Amino acid sequence: MFKPLPHSTDASVPVVVNGAAVSVPAGSTAAAAMLLGGAGHTRSSALSGEPRAPYCMMGACFECLMEIDGEANQQGCMVIVREGMRIDRQMGKREVRE
Amino acid sequence: MITAFDLAIVGTGPAGMAAAITASELGLSVAVLDEQPEPGGQIYRGVERLAISRAKHLEWLGPDYAAGLDLARAFRKSKIEYFDAAQVWQIEPVENGRLFYKRNGVTGILNAKKFLIAPGAMERPMPVPGWTLPGVMTCGAAQTLMKANGLAPEGKFVLAGCGPLLLLLAAQLLRAGVRPAAILETEVHRWAALPRLPGFLAAPGYLGKGLALLREIQSGGVPYHKGVTHLAIKGDTQAREIEFACSGVTHSEPVDLVLLHQGVVPNGNLAWSMRLAHEWDDAQRAFRPVLDAQGRSSNPAVLVAGDASGIIGAKGAQAMGQVVACAAAIDIGRISKQEVNERAIAAHAELAKHRGARPFLDTLYRPAQQWIAPRDDNTLVCRCEEVRAGEIRRLVLEQQCPGPNQMKSFVRCGMGPCQGRLCGLTTVELIAECRGVLVQDVGYYRIRSPIKPITVGDLAALDVPLRSDAVNP
Ligand code: FES
Repeated sequence: MFKPLPHSTDASVPVVVNGAAVSVPAGSTAAAAMLLGGAGHTRSSALSGEPRAPYCMMGACFECLMEIDGEANQQGCMVIVREGMRIDRQMGKREVRE
Repeated sequence: MITAFDLAIVGTGPAGMAAAITASELGLSVAVLDEQPEPGGQIYRGVERLAISRAKHLEWLGPDYAAGLDLARAFRKSKIEYFDAAQVWQIEPVENGRLFYKRNGVTGILNAKKFLIAPGAMERPMPVPGWTLPGVMTCGAAQTLMKANGLAPEGKFVLAGCGPLLLLLAAQLLRAGVRPAAILETEVHRWAALPRLPGFLAAPGYLGKGLALLREIQSGGVPYHKGVTHLAIKGDTQAREIEFACSGVTHSEPVDLVLLHQGVVPNGNLAWSMRLAHEWDDAQRAFRPVLDAQGRSSNPAVLVAGDASGIIGAKGAQAMGQVVACAAAIDIGRISKQEVNERAIAAHAELAKHRGARPFLDTLYRPAQQWIAPRDDNTLVCRCEEVRAGEIRRLVLEQQCPGPNQMKSFVRCGMGPCQGRLCGLTTVELIAECRGVLVQDVGYYRIRSPIKPITVGDLAALDVPLRSDAVNP
């Protein structure tokens, strides 16, 4: 759905998107990494199970809820990638965690 | 111990940055908080980074974007305490009240005599059939991906809706060599806007820039469909096809990505959570906080600047940031009205110019009824709780559900994680339409803090009592 633009000297940050290694520009958000990794949908609705994906990229819509480093319900468009970050789809209802 | 400031500013877009610079120059002790890791807000998002590692992108995004760099640099130099990546989730709207934020996973509290909020704008929700499918985003989202992440759409994509941001994005992408498959422009109201042209012309640069954008899009060879009256996005697990109608003919095109836009509206949840008095701005079809000419709200502890006060654009927001910071300094007693006069008058004049351009733009791009109160019963209005337009209509017509807060208790509309940000305006427009009353008589959701996601653990880690009565009377 998205591709990197040329003419960038941003360093690359290796992350793992849905189990696959992806390199994303430094300063990117986890939601951007998902889109760059061609994830299609990034979560499924907790109610109907229908697929959803980031919509606003500015923290308003909460469509980008995903699992980051194993922690569910993270707002992917508000999290900046770090080396080795594991970014996974969040399917269905979040698990209740303490 | 809680650090105390004269003024706490929320937001580092043009209004917040300008307010911070002015307030510090006037001798106030200032805390500035913003949820992003770098200053700029959405409009100047990432501008400092681009100057370093993506100069070409800065050129593509254009001089109005690059102008944010000077402001960001001045902001960095100003004597303020800047809390970057800090999400403000509650403010006690009283003088010497507390502001609660979360930063690096830790909850913090600070104290301020006054609060100046500048949370900016967000895109107006544009509920059309299929808008929740992956492969449907907003024009602003694509622009953010370009600014903050250096990404551009791939495959066949269209821009659908109307407004300056849509045209700007098309031009910015074309400069980067990325061509939209089409622009599907919903009806614009040229004739109605015409009488408001003088104010627009009086604001320097607006007309020239608008025309230049249109020329760029035209010479880029993007198919430009005008007067679109119907849109529907189709697909199983992903947008695959867009259906649109103009001049009475329905078309259908395969797509990979649809970028929607129907103007911007104040980002209101923080102001609502503090119970500031609001009014309906019918020209902008949105609620805005009731303010005096200096940005003072109905609550003496709170001032509002920038697009959150009603849409005024980046340059207007910057001027208003200065105006409101002057008012805050006077109210706090740091400086007399006379001492600040010259500065305030200049900022006021600048603000008035940019405000003067709005009536033309507001009328030209006023969203038609079908984009804000979807015709098709099956269209999702509340994306979080999956409430459809037909359900809302049925509850109003058959169950006499009178307003948005009752709608919450009926079907949890607006009660999901986005706290009504993406359904609030649509819900109240639908209710008003069904009841045959004005939107201002329907009102808005009661928004409660925390307005940002915090966990029970975050709350437990706070070793102070929450005076929630100050916020949720
Ligand atoms: S994409 Fe909307 S909140 Fe993240």
